[in-house]
Amino acid sequence: MFANCIDRFRALLLSILLLSCLVVPALAGPFEDSVAKFATDDFSDTEAAIGEVAASGNALASPIISALQDGRLSADPDSKKVFITQADGKIVDAATGAAVDKLPDNAAAVRLNNRLRRTVEAALGGLTLLSPDPAKRLAAAQSVFKSHEENLLPTVEGALAKESVKPIKQAFAEARAAIILFKSDASDSDKLDAVAVLKARGDQEALALLTSLGTDQPPLVAKAAAGAVSSIQSNLAMWSMVQNAWYGLSLGSVLLLAAIGLAITFGVMGVINMAHGEMVMIGAYTTFVVQEVIRTRYPALFDYSLLIAVPLAFVVAGFIGVLIERTIIRFLYGRPLETLLATWGLSLVLQQAVRTAFGPTNREVGNPSWMSGAFELGQITITYNRLWILCFTLAVFAILLAMLRYTALGLEMRAVTQNRRMAASMGIATSRVDALTFGLGSGIAGIAGVALSQIDNVSPNLGQSYIIDSFMVVVFGGVGNLWGTLVGAFTLGIANKFLEPMAGAVLGKIAILVLIILFIQKRPRGLFALKGRAVEA
Amino acid sequence: MTPHILTRSLDRAATAFVLLVAAVGVLIPLSNLLLPQGSMFQVPTYLVALWGKYVCYAILALSIDLIWGYCGILSLGHGAFFALGGYAMGMYLMRQIGSRGVYGNPVLPDFMVFLNWDKLPWYWYGFDKFAFAALMVLLVPGLLAFCFGWLAFRSRVTGVYLSIITQAMTYALLLAFFRNDFGFGGNNGLTDFKDILGFNVQAEGTRAALFLLSCLALIIAFLICRAIVTSKLGKVLIAVRDAESRTRFLGYRVESYKLFVFTLSACMAGVAGALYVPQVGIINPSEFAPGNSIEAVIWVAVGGRGTLIGAAIGAVVVNYAKTFFTSGPLAPYWLFMLGALFILVTLLLPKGIVGTFSSWRETRRSAAIAADRNSAAREDGVGAPNPAE
Repeated sequence: MFANCIDRFRALLLSILLLSCLVVPALAGPFEDSVAKFATDDFSDTEAAIGEVAASGNALASPIISALQDGRLSADPDSKKVFITQADGKIVDAATGAAVDKLPDNAAAVRLNNRLRRTVEAALGGLTLLSPDPAKRLAAAQSVFKSHEENLLPTVEGALAKESVKPIKQAFAEARAAIILFKSDASDSDKLDAVAVLKARGDQEALALLTSLGTDQPPLVAKAAAGAVSSIQSNLAMWSMVQNAWYGLSLGSVLLLAAIGLAITFGVMGVINMAHGEMVMIGAYTTFVVQEVIRTRYPALFDYSLLIAVPLAFVVAGFIGVLIERTIIRFLYGRPLETLLATWGLSLVLQQAVRTAFGPTNREVGNPSWMSGAFELGQITITYNRLWILCFTLAVFAILLAMLRYTALGLEMRAVTQNRRMAASMGIATSRVDALTFGLGSGIAGIAGVALSQIDNVSPNLGQSYIIDSFMVVVFGGVGNLWGTLVGAFTLGIANKFLEPMAGAVLGKIAILVLIILFIQKRPRGLFALKGRAVEA
Repeated sequence: MTPHILTRSLDRAATAFVLLVAAVGVLIPLSNLLLPQGSMFQVPTYLVALWGKYVCYAILALSIDLIWGYCGILSLGHGAFFALGGYAMGMYLMRQIGSRGVYGNPVLPDFMVFLNWDKLPWYWYGFDKFAFAALMVLLVPGLLAFCFGWLAFRSRVTGVYLSIITQAMTYALLLAFFRNDFGFGGNNGLTDFKDILGFNVQAEGTRAALFLLSCLALIIAFLICRAIVTSKLGKVLIAVRDAESRTRFLGYRVESYKLFVFTLSACMAGVAGALYVPQVGIINPSEFAPGNSIEAVIWVAVGGRGTLIGAAIGAVVVNYAKTFFTSGPLAPYWLFMLGALFILVTLLLPKGIVGTFSSWRETRRSAAIAADRNSAAREDGVGAPNPAE
């Protein structure tokens, strides 16, 4: 039946070929002949024409077929000429590409039916394999890999031979392997090669292809495929480890960012600041205000909004920090439990103040263009905002460390922390240093708010969700040691993300809290405990 | 021995407090039940439940004052013990609903039927008996406090570290109880109670009885606390509060003292929670929120840390203010006021209401004594010459 059909089709084709030769003798060359077939207004002719045009490799092939798909291809049944109406309204002769003034009066659009539409799509897929644009070629290769249409094999092989860009060549090879794997009449050795190629690709899609392979394969191929499946699965498991590690690093950077200011106020000064989270929130709201101003006044500056917000948030939160230190905390030095209560009250006041000023709902803070989007690394996707936040956190950490180590203020801070009375005797204005240290810690919290506004909801409760975690990080890492905070934050972040797939998000968090509680029993002063006299001070 | 402890622990202020609570505990229910509705002196039922809530908070505040005021342990997780006691009572009340629930299952509470559970989890066994539930009200918070305290005090986790990990403890419990598969009703908690010991929880008589019981519990808790803080044990606790290392060097096992008082305090908080649940009619995971525990600490601070009476007064005053302000047009400002209360009390009133009052009386008395002496001395003609004269 099928063979019969083909025979008849061939006969038809032949006769039409002959006919067209007779009718349009002026047209020279096979491409022109093929194009002319669009003019016969016969579906099987059109199909043949699509196949021939697509395989011709002519530069006009792609415009012709996409014009056909969009109904912009018209043919004059008398002259057997075919025309493309371009998107801008200009008309060109499809066979030669020469411009034409206007369509002949009796020219009609070339008709399509559903079957032909599919052919057109496949032909376009095959055609983009030969597109001059590398991105289009890559996309086409990937779509062929997924669809593994058997009739595209020659096109893919042709493209593979011509291709010079390495990753695209690889994609073509993989597409070819996918087709061969599902081709019923491919030889065993070809199929084995195909399995090897897919195994080398080693991602979720290759796994899906290999597992969807039917059971009717030759035993050798089935065995190789099973081996490839297990190899890909272990490969994927490794990548999911990498992915968890990345998520962990990302969470760790957020924790570090939130805790780093606390490491100054709690770790270095010994002041329990329960309003620390609210400093973070104030930083986030500063970002919101900056972006609002930019949106309404200078929309062109939107990409720089964060760069403007960072120093501003530091100043705003730092100023509020100094104010808090001067008005409340300095009266409570040496009474940590009272400080805790007073700053908790302060956090309630600040939250309610922000709620009154900005409303209780989430505020929209946008991502600048350089922070949105993602890229692929191996089998994992890395979003730019997480990556930037990681870099930003490490930069803040490094700057802070350098500041404490190399600047006069840093020296004074360390002196006051280690021995307040001795520092005072050496002429350091200890109360000024206290205020500045607290301001620094708060300012860094404000900066953290700018970064967190990019990944979290900006609401009055923003700070509260970080306060317990931040304290955990500082306590876990060891009070009075910035490196401890760094290690603590990343350890907790990564541990959390590795526990999550096993136990679920909430149980994972509970497990972490319980582990920290147990850890503090073992090492009450944290991972990196201060040694010597400073401990009991 | 017992009368001796009692007489020693009851000074004038303490006796007055006990009598006041007893009077309130008897008079409010009586006025609610006996006086005709609409009468000027009749206390409406909703107020009985509201004041019952305050009394439960006062017990919680007492338990915090016992460890914070007398032993220097600032627990920011006492709300967890309160809520655990409440859940134990809530589980009993859930089992009492029986087949009157929406789904009519004689054994499973509604939320379990809703989650398609086919049998009761093992930890719900026994809660159909009141005696068992009452035991659990004491045992569950007590056991948690014992384990937690044993780990914490033994490794000498003190001061703010302890505060922070107690906060982490209640936070972890909050997360856990929010989970549906944890078996405690998820974020809806336990509610729709019908009976307690065969009496309808909504009935006026039951509410009055619960109020009376709460006042009784407050008196008992107060007497226990007084007995402890006036005993030799109490002296050691105060020593631990003021100089932990020195007490240890003097040969006292500081951990054991702390552990004892911490566990006892958790049991008291559990009882408070158990009395709270039938009067409020619901227990849900938000009771575990760290904010609640800190708020309870501020009651103690407002009333006066280390005074016991002050803790109870602080709880009632702050919660009365809360009800007053959050129900009126001033509601948006309540958090400002609460926050300001935290700040102002720690800055300006570190001894709280009761502490400030008694120290003011003390100074007035000593001033009066000094003045007496002065005038006596002047009459004798040997007083110091007054430059003003």
